[in-house]
Amino acid sequence: MTVKDLMDTGKFQVVSPGDDTERVIEKVFCCDLLSVAMGRAPSGCAWVTVMGNMNTLAVASLTDAACVILAEGAALDEVAEKKAAQQGITVLATEEPIFETAMGIYQSL
Amino acid sequence: MEDAIVLTYEVSPDDFTRAGEASSDVKSKLKQMGVSPEAVRKVAIAMYEGEINMVIHAKGGEITVSITPEQITMVLADVGPGIPDVELAMKAGYSTAPDEIRSLGFGAGMGLPNMKKYTDEMNIDTTVGVGTTITMVVKL
Repeated sequence: MTVKDLMDTGKFQVVSPGDDTERVIEKVFCCDLLSVAMGRAPSGCAWVTVMGNMNTLAVASLTDAACVILAEGAALDEVAEKKAAQQGITVLATEEPIFETAMGIYQSL
Repeated sequence: MEDAIVLTYEVSPDDFTRAGEASSDVKSKLKQMGVSPEAVRKVAIAMYEGEINMVIHAKGGEITVSITPEQITMVLADVGPGIPDVELAMKAGYSTAPDEIRSLGFGAGMGLPNMKKYTDEMNIDTTVGVGTTITMVVKL
């Protein structure tokens, strides 16, 4: 499943569409501790988290995640939203809990 | 090392919104140079952890990255408080980060272990009250 396919499900609010929506999502990764995510997030993953700050974007970019999914109604602040757009990082959001969100993506891979 | 490409970055103290800019810049430059994605990822992760540490624990510092066809060497130098017990600091889960840093999602005690995990060589030269210089090498 590509990032675009995930966006087209209509289940997510698109916070930042990102530059590479044809990218294939290879894995799903869940973690809110950025230090742990930094070491463990696999390249090409859909990263599901409630941590929506500027550093989330840096970690997503540096670990080469395919997209960030903010669960539980988590949001990016205005500055972070701008940064996501600038850096071309796909950020989606949902009110659903982390587990249900990750499971739903995993089942569509 | 005469053929080395050298990049130098200043890390600003206490600016979390800018932390990661140096690592992002190195990442995109290495990509442009055609360095393998796996090596780029290793350098980006190790350098970002170091950069964040410099923001949290020291008052910023300077990072020098040297790139040769054989390896990428990162030298992160600060004039911060130094690390009193390096062995303890290297232990996964040990952290002295303050609460406000933890609320941002850091301070899990994974920084130095991640740096070691993603590099082929790592050396910590630290003196309490003087500063810390960390040298990391990723082989290509």
